[in-house]
Amino acid sequence: MTDPIAKRVTELKPSGIRKFFDIVNEMKDAISLGVGEPDFDTPWHIRDEGIYSLEKGRTFYTSNSGLKELRSEISRYVEASQGVRYDPLSEILVTVGGSEAIDLACRALLNPGDEVIIPEPSYVSYVPCAVMAGGKAVTLDLKEENEFRLQPEELEKAITDRTKILVLPYPNNPTGAIMEKEDLERIADLIIKNDIYLISDEIYSELSYKEKHVSIISLPGMRERTIYINGFSKAYAMTGWRLGYACGPSLILKEMTKLHQFCIMCAPTTSQYAAIEALRYGQRDVDEMREAYNGRRRFLMNEFKEMGLKCFEPYGAFYVFPCIKEFGMSSEDFCTELLRRKKVAVVPGTAFGECGEGFVRISYAYSIDNLKVALGRIREFIEELKAQA
Amino acid sequence: MDKKEMRIKILKAIEHEARVDVSELAVRLGMDQTAILNEMNEMEKEGIICGYLTLVDWDKTDEQTVTALIEVRCTPQRGQGFDVVAERIYKYAEVNSVYLISGGFDLLITIEGRTLKEISRFVTEKLSAQEAVLSCATHFILRRYKDHGTVLAKKYEDERQLITP
Repeated sequence: MTDPIAKRVTELKPSGIRKFFDIVNEMKDAISLGVGEPDFDTPWHIRDEGIYSLEKGRTFYTSNSGLKELRSEISRYVEASQGVRYDPLSEILVTVGGSEAIDLACRALLNPGDEVIIPEPSYVSYVPCAVMAGGKAVTLDLKEENEFRLQPEELEKAITDRTKILVLPYPNNPTGAIMEKEDLERIADLIIKNDIYLISDEIYSELSYKEKHVSIISLPGMRERTIYINGFSKAYAMTGWRLGYACGPSLILKEMTKLHQFCIMCAPTTSQYAAIEALRYGQRDVDEMREAYNGRRRFLMNEFKEMGLKCFEPYGAFYVFPCIKEFGMSSEDFCTELLRRKKVAVVPGTAFGECGEGFVRISYAYSIDNLKVALGRIREFIEELKAQA
Repeated sequence: MDKKEMRIKILKAIEHEARVDVSELAVRLGMDQTAILNEMNEMEKEGIICGYLTLVDWDKTDEQTVTALIEVRCTPQRGQGFDVVAERIYKYAEVNSVYLISGGFDLLITIEGRTLKEISRFVTEKLSAQEAVLSCATHFILRRYKDHGTVLAKKYEDERQLITP
């Protein structure tokens, strides 16, 4: 019999998080700090709109690009937050989570052999999306000493004649790093000079704890070469609703919409109605959740300092990325031991790229009480390791 | 951060978490511990912070309690409005809260007693006997689902996957 699986799929490396995930799942009584989604429920008024749309029998497809009303709200939101306007009719596409938008952007832009620069550590799906779209993933190792911000010198070194896309994943999962306006300005010239397109994944844009998040689309010359990706999962605690969006030049968005039409048809209708409510009346919820995350972030940083765990201060998303190199263990061993001995689950940095070695990702999408218990155990674990050495 | 902003942040934090450790609060809010203590003291003196209470679900204890919500219609007094009658009512220890409200009634009272009888005695003998009180409607509370922003009926359960990217 012939091999049923396509070669390019077999060759695709499975997510590094998978193996560890299986170990964690066997530990039923473990406390986890390993989740990449909010602990809050979707605010009730948003859920209620979803339910109402079902009661009204709004169970049909929407247009391929998404409800017009929702696209108008997205346009208003992006303009209000970044001062950049996108035409709801031709420059906005509602997708099944930000993930679909990443996939579509890669498939719409890449010719075979085109290179995609992917700064790492970063979210697990950029490399596979680039590869499955026929592109070549060129990973770029970010450095802790730069707080995992992308440096122009690093970018310049990664650029070749075949470079087509740079993925800009900020605020970042797993490091919690951000790129401030000055950081973005420092790479903008290189992007223009080398005629590179950007996939800017700003799904965590509302969770920025220093200044308000600045998108690269607000810089001169960037809007026309950027696919801006955002969504509802993190800001409004709506992960399960699977709703995101892409904004960009109509030339590109038209082709992304074509692909979306053939494989998805349209994003879930119920979620789209709920999302309209979220954009119209959800800002207060977002602000309150941000405050709560920020309190936990400060709390975690302080605890790390007290237990002597090295960690740069992250200002975005809901992750901290402490360095565990001093214990002489690999990230995976560290996490496995922590789980085995103390029943606390955190994620090895290597799940987000090889350069994540020596780090672990700790999520603070948990209540303070939960964090306290888990941190107490991490402290014990670290003390044991230090005593062993 | 200016004083106003700082005060609001402190109040919002302790409103639902009165027992939080001040040194922990300082870390979480990114403020100085002494500054928080000073501000809290000042706000206590200014009557902005009126107390630190405990939210108790008495239904889960063996203690018998009955709570009633009473709407009261009364005649305002010249020059003093409803202040005098409100004061005459809130001085009773069993009265928990007194609000001046808009609509068909003037005052809204909550009262706690050990038995139904105790409350009905208060309504008939004390409250209705007030000269200014014209009429009242008493509602007994059968179940508290949510109080002071806290859901009493159900506990939060984390149903998320243990690890996600």
